Amino acid sequence: MKQTWVKPFLTAHRMGGMNKFGAVRAQNHQSDIDGVEIAPLLEKYGSPLFIVSEKTLRDNVRRLRRAFATRWPKVRHGWSYKTNYLAAICNVLHQEGSWAEVVSEFEYRKARANGVPGSRIIFNGPWKPNDILELAAQEGATIHLDHLDELYALEQVACKLGKQVPVGIRLNFDTGYTDSWSRFGFNLESGAAKDAVQRIAASPWLKLTGLHSHIGTFVLDVRAYSAQIRIMTDFMEQVERDTGCVIEYLDIGGGFASRNALQGMYLPPDQIVPSFEQYAEAICGTLMEATKGRAAAGKPLPTLILETGRAVVDDAEILVTTVVGGKRLPDGRRAAILDAGINLLFTAFWYNHEVKPLRPLNGIAEETVLYGPLCMNIDVVRASIMLPPLNVGESLVIRPVGAYNNTQWMQFIQRRPAVVMVTQNGEVSVIRASEQLEDVSGLEQVPLALQQPFPQGIPA
Amino acid sequence: MNGQAVEFPKQALLTRLALSDSGFVFDPVTGNSFTVNTSGLSILRLLQKTEDWTDIIATLQAEFEVSYSVAERDVLEFATALRSAFK
Amino acid sequence: MSRVITVAITGMNALPESPGPGLAVARCLREQYGDRVRIIGLGYDALDPGLYLSEFCDASHLIAYPLHGSEVLLERLSLIHQADPIDVLIPCLDAELPLMVLLAPRLSAIGIRTFLPTAEQLTRRAKDQLPELCELAEVHCPELRALTHPNFFHTCHNEGWHYPMVVKGVFYDAKVVYNAEEATTAFYKVAAEWGLPVLAQRFVAGEEYNLTAVGDGAGKLLGEVMMKKRALTSKGKAWAGISTLDENLSAAAGRLVAALNWRGPLEVEVMRDAQGEYHLIEINPRFPAWIYLSQGVGRNLPALLLELALGHPVHEFPTSVAGTFFVRYALETIVPLSTFEHLMMAGTLDFNK
Repeated sequence: MKQTWVKPFLTAHRMGGMNKFGAVRAQNHQSDIDGVEIAPLLEKYGSPLFIVSEKTLRDNVRRLRRAFATRWPKVRHGWSYKTNYLAAICNVLHQEGSWAEVVSEFEYRKARANGVPGSRIIFNGPWKPNDILELAAQEGATIHLDHLDELYALEQVACKLGKQVPVGIRLNFDTGYTDSWSRFGFNLESGAAKDAVQRIAASPWLKLTGLHSHIGTFVLDVRAYSAQIRIMTDFMEQVERDTGCVIEYLDIGGGFASRNALQGMYLPPDQIVPSFEQYAEAICGTLMEATKGRAAAGKPLPTLILETGRAVVDDAEILVTTVVGGKRLPDGRRAAILDAGINLLFTAFWYNHEVKPLRPLNGIAEETVLYGPLCMNIDVVRASIMLPPLNVGESLVIRPVGAYNNTQWMQFIQRRPAVVMVTQNGEVSVIRASEQLEDVSGLEQVPLALQQPFPQGIPA
Repeated sequence: MNGQAVEFPKQALLTRLALSDSGFVFDPVTGNSFTVNTSGLSILRLLQKTEDWTDIIATLQAEFEVSYSVAERDVLEFATALRSAFK
Repeated sequence: MSRVITVAITGMNALPESPGPGLAVARCLREQYGDRVRIIGLGYDALDPGLYLSEFCDASHLIAYPLHGSEVLLERLSLIHQADPIDVLIPCLDAELPLMVLLAPRLSAIGIRTFLPTAEQLTRRAKDQLPELCELAEVHCPELRALTHPNFFHTCHNEGWHYPMVVKGVFYDAKVVYNAEEATTAFYKVAAEWGLPVLAQRFVAGEEYNLTAVGDGAGKLLGEVMMKKRALTSKGKAWAGISTLDENLSAAAGRLVAALNWRGPLEVEVMRDAQGEYHLIEINPRFPAWIYLSQGVGRNLPALLLELALGHPVHEFPTSVAGTFFVRYALETIVPLSTFEHLMMAGTLDFNK
């Protein structure tokens, strides 16, 4: 009986790295998603392939809703379109009751095309062109002002429509826990936010009904949200006192972390990423405390709006990729070339994604670099990962990839592959077909004189 | 492909290595130690006896379930690792 | 103890400049129980020296790095446990504590006992949460500011902050800085390694003291031992030290343990100012590397921890003694190459076979 061939390898014993039991379980593989075998899907739809789990997506948003709804009476979830705006994904979430949270004219129209009425759209972002601002005001979207010029633009729109438009403003401030994103919205500490509130109060066309802020991304310390709530509720009380307006909702943005490993993060995600319940406890606990006088004062409890994107969709999608080549780098590390790179996996710039083979692999794990297929030096999927030897044709599951990749992916050097969804019933639906050459070049036009064959021929 | 085209470390250099069944390799001259896997160990043992390329590949094919081209490709790559490890 | 108890201990990296506490914990248990305890050394590198010392370890194993997550570690520990059943596990390194706390219920389900704090207790003694804890425990604590931007270092005098001050990472690293430029450099270095926020802490002039003890999980501090470092390694660790005795320090530590309901071993690091007041610098959720001094003063704390983990009644310790001096030394042990090979290749050593 002949032995199984595993690529030969030799590794030097160096200080600090002498523990082959430190890293990997050879049997740690993923061959299915929700019980559907992945290998046949690759044969049918090609590699690379994005696969979405409808079940995980629904479970996630339900857990989010439950965590907050059991702790606060009025909760609304706005699905952050920029995180993943594939229509099938958006509509799963809309079916679960989520509104659309959009940040551009394109996203606004995309939400409308998905069938979302304007009255269930939250419109954020630093650039809302006039025509779409007018449409949004007409359709009753929840509009959040980002800067003074937009305030004046919306006032003009309201005047033109001849109706008073309810409006929210985006705030930025220092919570003491995260880097303050002062480029968006009106700053609290400098008084700019207060000025904007006064200006809205003075306008017959605008009515302040909500406050919005977003304290950052991948926020791991739930106390940051407690601080955010305290600052926002203080400001709410202040503007209501100063201008007589009634704040109907507080939109606290997104920023909940997903179970992904940020590069440079010290501890693995299962040890530091808070659960929805932990976020909810910090947020709703502080909100309860900060608003306990409102009922007595005859004021409504504000609706809590969440714009959670990453933590809802990230682990609901995987990317399956296949090894197309391998080499030994001069410094001794093993390298594998994959058919998917940063063109599809923009988040590889900041995450160390989990990578699992499709089937158990033989051989001892060793340090491996995973390169994408682009002829670009920056195309690195994992700079260092412990993996057994990889043969050409071996497929790998990269996860979680649901957040930001299907929106930030690039048509660069390669076409973009298909995205399929494993539905709740275990069926497989294509939710975005793989791109063909015509999809990419169809919009191009070549002047007659530049079309081949050239009338004058080709110089020798 | 013939054997002359592939440069392995000098045979004297490889015969001095202490090879253990566990895959533990010790070089008494440099004091360095290494881990090698099963196929790598077979190749090192072969190289202690012969430098004949055809022999090496044929023996590996007799020992392992592997095609000629895969064995050739992987041994070529392994030669690079050996050249940098044993000088 | 009537039967032989098997105790697994991590932190066998007894490196001269900055030793892990595991070997000292093993030594305390060996001196207390002799052959009635079977000690399994757990290490993260085949060069962790403690793994080779058969006078303290009966067996040694390599385990998975904490950064690979709880599942990988649990799988490895289960595998070791199947071959060599573990009664009690004593983790000794800061970096593995969050993971071990997370795993404690699942370890207990397969029969491995621990005596550890809860995740909440662990969080409440994190560096950036100390002011809240200290207020509750009525212990002085240098004022702390969580920073997301180094601007603070240029404007801090407006808020009554003066140099020198200490720039710290949330997990590790602390640097005393003397001006805004140094502070800014330290900020970026710490932020790059440990992330935001970066902590600025007021500098307390004085002398450092350390206290180790065990919290019983019901608010009581047991067996406190105090120590003053008398000589340092280049990494700032004790090279020589002496036991001290101050009721004020033990009372302060008692209030901290009560406020936390701390369960498990701990090390309290304080500065004593010119007025004799103690200021809390940090609380480490494990025994210190100098824990052998506890045996030296007649309060074998690792033995106490083992009894607690086994659910045995604990007895009162004799009064601690001031003036017990220790000097730490480095020495070599001869290791057959085959032993190194075995640990390297199989991840396991058994000295009784």
